[in-house]
Amino acid sequence: MTTVRIPPTLREQTEGQAMLEASGETVREVLDDVAGRFPALRDRIYANGDLAGFVNVYADGEDVRTRDGLETTVTDGSTVILLPAMAGGR
Amino acid sequence: MATPVGIREIAPEDAREQLAEPDAPLLLDVRTDRERGVSYIPGSVHLPMAEVEARIGEVSPDPDRPIITYCATGRRSLDILPTLAALGYENGASMTGGIVAWQALGYPTESPSALDEEKLARYSRHLLIPEVGIAGQQRLLETSILLIGAGGLGSPAALYLAAAGVGRLGIVDDDRVDASNLQRQVLHSTEELGESKAESARRSIEELNPDVEVVTYEERMSSENIDRILGEGWELVVDGADNFPTRYLLNDASVWHEIPVVHGSIYRFDGQATVFKPFEGPCYRCLFPQPPPPELAPSCAEGGVLGVLPGIIGSLQANEALKLALGIGEPLIGRLLLFDALTTSFSEVTVRRDPQCPVCGDNPTITDYIDYADFCGVPGPEAPRPATAPAGRSPAPPTPDAAGRREALQGRVGNTVPSGLAPPATPRETSE
Repeated sequence: MTTVRIPPTLREQTEGQAMLEASGETVREVLDDVAGRFPALRDRIYANGDLAGFVNVYADGEDVRTRDGLETTVTDGSTVILLPAMAGGR
Repeated sequence: MATPVGIREIAPEDAREQLAEPDAPLLLDVRTDRERGVSYIPGSVHLPMAEVEARIGEVSPDPDRPIITYCATGRRSLDILPTLAALGYENGASMTGGIVAWQALGYPTESPSALDEEKLARYSRHLLIPEVGIAGQQRLLETSILLIGAGGLGSPAALYLAAAGVGRLGIVDDDRVDASNLQRQVLHSTEELGESKAESARRSIEELNPDVEVVTYEERMSSENIDRILGEGWELVVDGADNFPTRYLLNDASVWHEIPVVHGSIYRFDGQATVFKPFEGPCYRCLFPQPPPPELAPSCAEGGVLGVLPGIIGSLQANEALKLALGIGEPLIGRLLLFDALTTSFSEVTVRRDPQCPVCGDNPTITDYIDYADFCGVPGPEAPRPATAPAGRSPAPPTPDAAGRREALQGRVGNTVPSGLAPPATPRETSE
């Protein structure tokens, strides 16, 4: 299983859960598994079938854009982090 | 009559005579950094007792050259002679009565210019760290750091940088102190409700450390004023802004000015920190090419923030800024640190430079300021660009690349673009 970390701004779409377990051999399969359970999340993080540009996805600490995108492979015990930018400073 | 070097002690009068000779002995100050920082005999080389064994070869490659050692009163300088002899330096003599006797005779001494007794006391815990020491502290006293925002992140960052003796701190904030700020913005107090945050910050900093020169900018950072502000000699920026337009604006400007930015951001229980060092590491646009839609980017004013969280992230920013100023350690360049206050856990992800980055990439497509509010899909605070370029701004065509943009910038702001970072501070006090 892969652990998926949900940022605070997307937790409304995951019923408040910050950490989810999901299965899949690629980032796409893992996110599909999560989005299957939380369809509202799919609407937020996908645009035209691809990841929305403002959502960074890290697989084991590496930005998937610098790897194989959604086809980046994950293994049992991997961590996938969803990370949109936060602007708060005050 | 001169006492020959080679016996164990030498009177200050004789030492002075020998030191005036063309083939003078080496005058070795074996006192501590702190003592050295108060005053020393001109021409002496500083080698604290604890370092004699490890460094005498570097300080005096020729073991046959006579050495005169001195300390405060002549005791430690005598004690070190057997160590020197065992290392092959047998022509050693200790100056009787040390620098105290030397000064009593009216002989000249010098003091390092930057650190008087008050500073030696104030920064003593820094001076004890080999990576900082006197040279590093002097470097901090000469460092200029600009803080964007005197709010949640800016408060702890400004206080710790001021306490550390960063010589010049700039504060950009056009806001006033509100009751809702006091849960976390520790620069401000109840008495200062309604006052300018920049002025409130100045007062807090000056009360903490009068060594710090505070420069305030009571204005909102915009395309119109950012070149002027960044052009005033700031070596580093600590970003504690509270909105995306300002963060993208600051990013573009800092790349063009080649000024490193220590980034921090917070929301509820989550914090992020990293360092953007132009052309050496990624920039903010490499990390976040696109801002989230406004409904997914609530500010702390909308979504809330745990009061202590900016204290943690702002302190991490101060730590990064101090490391960059001192040229020590491994700054968070290319690494985004994530902090979760609920689980008290840190994690880290890698951030790489994007060759396609529109600002710092190989073929930049953004070479002048844009309408940042429009880019981020929000109304203000970044005012839209006027239709006509203000006097002095090159009215396009856009410069072909970032280097061209920087040249244009130099011409416009009329000063040298700062190189960004100081060379690494000498890890410990040097010999002279």
